[in-house]
Amino acid sequence: MNVTDTSITPTDLGGYASEEAESENFLSYPKGIMSWLVTLDHKRIGILYLICILTAFFIGGMFALLIRTELLTPGATIVDADTYNQLFTLHGAIMIFLFIIPGIPAALGNFALPLMLGAKDVAFPRLNLMSWYLWLIGAAFTVFSLVNGGADTGWTFYTPYSTQTDGAIISITMGVFILGFSSIFTGLNFLVTIHRLRPPGMTWFKMPLFLWGIYGTAIMQVLATPVIGITMLLLIVERTLGFGIFDPALGGDPVLFQHFFWFYSHPAVYIMILPALAIMSEIFSVFSRKHIFGYKFIAFSSIVLAILSFLVWGHHMFPSGQSELANFVFSALTFSVSIPTAIKMFNWLATMYKGEIVLKTPMLYALSFMFLFGIGGLTGLFLGSLAVDIHLHDTYFVVAHFHYVMFGGTVIAFLAGLHYWWPKVFGRMYNEKLGAIGAAIIFVGFNMTFLAQFVMGSQGMPRRYYNYIDEYTIYHHISTGGSFIMAIGFFLIAGYLLHSLLKGKRAPANPWGGNTLEWHIPSPPPYYNFKEAPTVGDPYDFSELEWDDRIEGYVFRKAEGSA
Amino acid sequence: MSHGHDSEQVGHIVPLWLLFGVFFALIILTALTVWTATQIDLGAFNIWLALVIAGVKATLVALFFMHLIWDKPYNGLVLAFSFMFVILFLGISLMDTAENMPDMYEGPAPAVATE
Amino acid sequence: MSKKHSSDGAGHAEHPKWMQHHFDTPSQQFASSKMGMWLFLATEVLLFAGLFCAYTVYRANHMDMFVFGHQFLDVKWGAINTCVLLFSSLTAAWSVRAAQLGQKGLMIALLFITLLCGGAFMAIKYVEYSHKIHDGLLWGTKYKPAGHAAEVIHGEEAHAAGELGGAHGRVDEGHTEAEQVAGIEAAHGEGAAEAPAAGGDALATDGAQAAGAQAAAPAAQGEGVELPADVLAIDVAERSTTLPAAIGPRGLVPVAEEGHDDGHGAGHHWEGPIPDNVHIFFGIYFGMTGLHGIHVLIGMIILGWLIYRALKNDFSPEYFTPVDLGVLYWHLVDLIWIFLFPLLYLIG
Repeated sequence: MNVTDTSITPTDLGGYASEEAESENFLSYPKGIMSWLVTLDHKRIGILYLICILTAFFIGGMFALLIRTELLTPGATIVDADTYNQLFTLHGAIMIFLFIIPGIPAALGNFALPLMLGAKDVAFPRLNLMSWYLWLIGAAFTVFSLVNGGADTGWTFYTPYSTQTDGAIISITMGVFILGFSSIFTGLNFLVTIHRLRPPGMTWFKMPLFLWGIYGTAIMQVLATPVIGITMLLLIVERTLGFGIFDPALGGDPVLFQHFFWFYSHPAVYIMILPALAIMSEIFSVFSRKHIFGYKFIAFSSIVLAILSFLVWGHHMFPSGQSELANFVFSALTFSVSIPTAIKMFNWLATMYKGEIVLKTPMLYALSFMFLFGIGGLTGLFLGSLAVDIHLHDTYFVVAHFHYVMFGGTVIAFLAGLHYWWPKVFGRMYNEKLGAIGAAIIFVGFNMTFLAQFVMGSQGMPRRYYNYIDEYTIYHHISTGGSFIMAIGFFLIAGYLLHSLLKGKRAPANPWGGNTLEWHIPSPPPYYNFKEAPTVGDPYDFSELEWDDRIEGYVFRKAEGSA
Repeated sequence: MSHGHDSEQVGHIVPLWLLFGVFFALIILTALTVWTATQIDLGAFNIWLALVIAGVKATLVALFFMHLIWDKPYNGLVLAFSFMFVILFLGISLMDTAENMPDMYEGPAPAVATE
Repeated sequence: MSKKHSSDGAGHAEHPKWMQHHFDTPSQQFASSKMGMWLFLATEVLLFAGLFCAYTVYRANHMDMFVFGHQFLDVKWGAINTCVLLFSSLTAAWSVRAAQLGQKGLMIALLFITLLCGGAFMAIKYVEYSHKIHDGLLWGTKYKPAGHAAEVIHGEEAHAAGELGGAHGRVDEGHTEAEQVAGIEAAHGEGAAEAPAAGGDALATDGAQAAGAQAAAPAAQGEGVELPADVLAIDVAERSTTLPAAIGPRGLVPVAEEGHDDGHGAGHHWEGPIPDNVHIFFGIYFGMTGLHGIHVLIGMIILGWLIYRALKNDFSPEYFTPVDLGVLYWHLVDLIWIFLFPLLYLIG
């Protein structure tokens, strides 16, 4: 089964020994649309997720383009003010709840996690499938709000506005509630999988760092997400039954709602970014052809980040009427977040140092990640300091900051991971040159869009505004221009990836020379993952791997025990 | 009924005397908490006493009825963690709201304008 | 999560049908399921955390609201319900033991008793809820003390004169403005916007002890809009002013009605002005017990499903995971009630 130096033939079967064996790959076995819709195979569920979240990303992206087009000129450009409010609300809600949160864990993680672990599946395959269906139902509720009057509260649903405004708040909050459970079940599944389904030899510190990151993410998904559930339920009863707990007219406390909301939503930010950091740890090591530097530090920093994420939620609420004591404490705690993040960044830098850096598409994304996430993280320090935040709060500076983290961090990492595992998932290579061009276009477009927003934000342009004074016009022009460039980049990426599915070259088992377990099996993997329990070694030891021109991929130098 | 597939015993069989013992302890504690709350006035300390009794009852249920004492430690850790995070959530929210100064300005909060 | 172990691994002759193919041993499967369940229980704990947080915050900052409100809860029913749940936990734990020992009949009987206890719990909750609903002791905008509770809150010498608010003619007997803190039931979302002038004026008049002023009429008619019955005229201006003197020492004492006085031992009689926004206490009460009640119902469904599976001979001493997990869920419901009972019923 395994590609070894001796048995290697210039095969186009992605590492399968024969065509007969290849029919066992998970994409083609079993056949039929129903076999996909009721599949319990984590790889197939990963693909189902991938299709869905990319659709959500497309919709959310279209909304973003509409928003940017509207902001091209002061006053009305293409839509009216109410529509604009609904657009940015849905852009936020869709991107966050439908795309980024499930993005890396549920789509890429579902595919890669059991393979990297050496398991046959996740611990609860049915629950996994149920998560996906919950995602679909939640997505339906969320998108239904669009035709049901729209929601115009922003994705944060702050009371008392959200209890009073017309529109489909109930539908969208119900959607968020359901999506929360989808996310919880994914996290729960991964936690149990990592704990209980490790094959012999896969000790905690032999686990690839991707798994550590997903583990930290899953902790947050399990412990934080229920709180958004109850928050959304309370908001619904507040609207339908006049509950009064968050309504100042009834003696309720709207700031309490913000505490509820951010107790989830700050960890949620880390649910979004931690898997991105996890992907980076894989890519930097593989594409530097060098052992990851500071394995244990990176591993533990993921867990530390997961814990710290619960301690800093109040920094979203500095000007909300939160008490001075809480402001002070949250501001101080916020700075501590930079420690584990910086540990990761410096360890990646040290990994690249004196490595043989291979500038393939995933690595290009990884490098732009480092740049963009660096900016996003450092501007976070501005916003974390109490005094500065009073000036910058609710301006475009904040918008730019979290887009640098969420987009420059998570989406770029998602693209990196997508390109990294694409050959493994589909068994096809995409066009490397177009990949590099796509990465460059995204990088340029992204910086154009959001650097301008830093500038206008620091000059006082408030976020979520429909209109603005002429002084900001130039920045809005740059920003909107950048967003169009990004759109071109995404269409290019979509184009060559789809093309690769049909016409792409057959991928070898190991195109990048990774040593985590998924690269030990053919591409695409057989439906049973591993015939026997795999032999587990150091996931970042590349000394056994060498490039083979015949298959244009890496092979393991000496035949190892069958994997 | 039996498959006889694997002789490995799953789970711990709790003796009946222990189940009933825990049950009666729980009932007695319930009576105790009602009694202390209604008959003894400790002022602000009453709530803490009630919470301690509730905590003991919860521990009994978790350890014996829910088998945690014989279970893998991780499961107990999960429960402990969840309680820790509840306390964290409550604690910090309380830290903030306790600092609220609703009387800083005279008079009631203005009514929220509904357009 | 209890899962159906139907056909997985059916093709493997060496596996029993409940054994899933991606696990190596039954004990690995059991441990995984159990860990998954515990993680799920942790999410349940955190789901309730939101309500506990609301409870803590409001109680710490508005203790009076809680002390005042809790006297309308009946310790007797709460204590009985606690015992019912504790007993159901005993039978549930025992049913796991029976499952482990292969005592199928006993297991089914115990699960059934547990289910019945759940039913009894819900029946008692129903009694309590209907009391509250009857007395109008509800949350937020629905808070309109009526009948007995109104007497307690508004004082006994209340006159029929001060009827306030019912847009659809609901009469608040004994609701004399002069005798209560203005705005005790200034509970009104939309009302705030729609009838402020009318209501406010009316209340102001009432507040001046103009007993007999028909406050309701102007408030109810002021706008052709159809107001929900619960929308009361708001009195923003009067909200935080207090009229303690008018209330009198005995107006607020919970009236020792027959069968209603148990549990209210020494030191529980309310003295002083009625606190603002008591409806928040009832909001939290209904939120907590309501969410808990939903969990009891879900637990009962799970128990019913377990009984069904047990009757189908699905369980054996080697495989009883669904029983174990379902019972764990039931215990968690009990666990939460163990905290809810003193927090809601036994506020000192």
